[in-house]
Amino acid sequence: MSWAPIRKTGSPATPPPLMPDWRGARSGFSWDEARGDLAGLLGGGLNIGFETVDRHVAEGKGESVALRWLRKDGSPPQDTTYATLKQETDRFVGLLVSLGIQRGERVFSLLGRTPQLHVSLLGSVKAGAVFCPLFTAFGPEPVETRLSLGEARVLITTRILYDRKVAPIRDGLPALEHVLLVDGGPSPPPGTRDLTAALEAVEHRPTIAATSPDDPALLHFTSGTTGRPKGALHTHEAVVAHRTTGRLVLDLRPGDVFWCTADPGWVTGISYGVIAPLACGATVVIDEAEFDAERWCRILQEQEVAVWYTAPTAIRMLMRVDEGAFSAWDFSKLRHLASVGEPLNPEAVVWSARIFGHPFHDTWWQTETGAIMIANYRAHDVHPGAMGRPVPGITATVLVHEDDGIREADPDEEGELALRTPWPSLFRAYIGEPERYAEKFVEDWYLTGDLARRDGDGLFWFLGRADDVIKSAGHLISPFEVESVLLEHPLVAEAGVIGKPDETVGETVKAFVTLHPGHEADDTLKRQIIGHARKRLGAAIAPREIDFSKTLPKTRSGKIMRRLLKARELGLEEGDTSTLEDDT
Amino acid sequence: MTDDIRAVVLRNLAEVAPDMDPGTLDPAVAFRDQFEFDSVDFLNFAIAVEKELGVKIPELDFPKLASLDGCVEYLEKLKG
Repeated sequence: MSWAPIRKTGSPATPPPLMPDWRGARSGFSWDEARGDLAGLLGGGLNIGFETVDRHVAEGKGESVALRWLRKDGSPPQDTTYATLKQETDRFVGLLVSLGIQRGERVFSLLGRTPQLHVSLLGSVKAGAVFCPLFTAFGPEPVETRLSLGEARVLITTRILYDRKVAPIRDGLPALEHVLLVDGGPSPPPGTRDLTAALEAVEHRPTIAATSPDDPALLHFTSGTTGRPKGALHTHEAVVAHRTTGRLVLDLRPGDVFWCTADPGWVTGISYGVIAPLACGATVVIDEAEFDAERWCRILQEQEVAVWYTAPTAIRMLMRVDEGAFSAWDFSKLRHLASVGEPLNPEAVVWSARIFGHPFHDTWWQTETGAIMIANYRAHDVHPGAMGRPVPGITATVLVHEDDGIREADPDEEGELALRTPWPSLFRAYIGEPERYAEKFVEDWYLTGDLARRDGDGLFWFLGRADDVIKSAGHLISPFEVESVLLEHPLVAEAGVIGKPDETVGETVKAFVTLHPGHEADDTLKRQIIGHARKRLGAAIAPREIDFSKTLPKTRSGKIMRRLLKARELGLEEGDTSTLEDDT
Repeated sequence: MTDDIRAVVLRNLAEVAPDMDPGTLDPAVAFRDQFEFDSVDFLNFAIAVEKELGVKIPELDFPKLASLDGCVEYLEKLKG
């Protein structure tokens, strides 16, 4: 069925959108001008820490609230002003200097939603180090792989996460010299230190490393179909795109209360949970708790949230609430709602306009793009289900791959979504993997791996992934990483992992396994294998469902055909099976 | 009835999160503070309990089911 656009007619929006006209903004846009809106460092340098913190203090806004932390236990909100954030990040610089951390070395976090994450990140980049966040729902296996590939020198985490996920694998990480616990207390476990005590022991370092725009600042791991996770490296210049999209897409201005619900273990939680809003001088709400529908409504009302950036899975969980319950809340301070992580279904867009008085505006981007690339805008009509149009400064197209190269698709023709390089937040490397990096580019296009079409009006529509990567609750999951852990179970002979469509989270991870001969496939074993995977991988990545199979479809070279497993799961035509092994 | 409900809760918990150890489970502490248990697990668990007990648990009441004690207390009342 097709959905009527949500028109932005009626009384003029207040305050008026920062980008009142997309076409006009696009034609007059240049990244050089956007660079000019940043403060910069003396001598032409650029540093994310300066642009997000020190700049506001230098401009006399030090008393504005930068961070507002809402504790799980419901205690009064804890505010951090920009001036205090400057002091705390300066002290963090002092700590890294005292530990001997050099420019370009990596500081990792394994932290939930806490201001210490913001201080660690901004302090690290001020010191010229590279910051890499990890997802707290990862099990020890993905944590070890990423700490090792990223050559972590420092890790900031909590006591419980350290005990559960790091201590068991610490021996395999000789480069990891310093582990600092935010709640280490007077007697932290062996091999760790209490972060607060460590910070108190050092001097403030109100200096900022003289980083250039092209110096590395952020590392984000993402998943491919095969092989190891890929570490996408971003530079200080990414802040140009963060600030620009914060203003033009999220409509953020100084003093706005902004709430990004994304976990800081993923790119959204960093680009838009920390950098973009602070670069715009906004107040960032940080909620320590996990999703809770009533709590979320209360936060929107009590904190007077003006701009809210969340994800389809959370929106669909809110949609399970009886509609009448929402009338108890006052959402009148909300001005703009945006969504990211996976395509937002039209029902959710229409529902949100009814409940909150504004529709969710879908946005599209990836770890590699560093910032929002395609979006629906506050000033313009929303077409439910559409990705939207490219942000000013970005050229997007749909490419069709042919034997003799590529061509741009006709209107409504399916192809691979591609973006013209360069732009400031484009990733600069997959660390240690120049070949995989090179494969992401053809001519001057960055290939996204997403399938899309562009309609006659220039609107982009998402169609699916071009590869086998699974997208669950907005996170990319590598089937390979899951299969590898399943194969470590002593009874599992083969494993094939797919994304199974799910109305709440988009896709859930489902595994098909064969057992070594002589073993009985039953529910007890099924639970045992799922339990094994959850302990190693964490709940967010492990399969939620397992089917036992006598054989798995394979190519003649022995590769498991996930595409075929998925087609069978969905009851679809199996497509081209000419390479299928004969003995099935 | 308390025992029945407790058994239903534990069985469905083990179905969703087989890595949970019933032997060390503290009934007064939230599941997600004791073992891997994310919002999707919670939703799957709630739906399974709804189905088995033939009840409807409103989304806004989910926080009341955060621990084993909470589940038993809430579901007993709901079953009347």
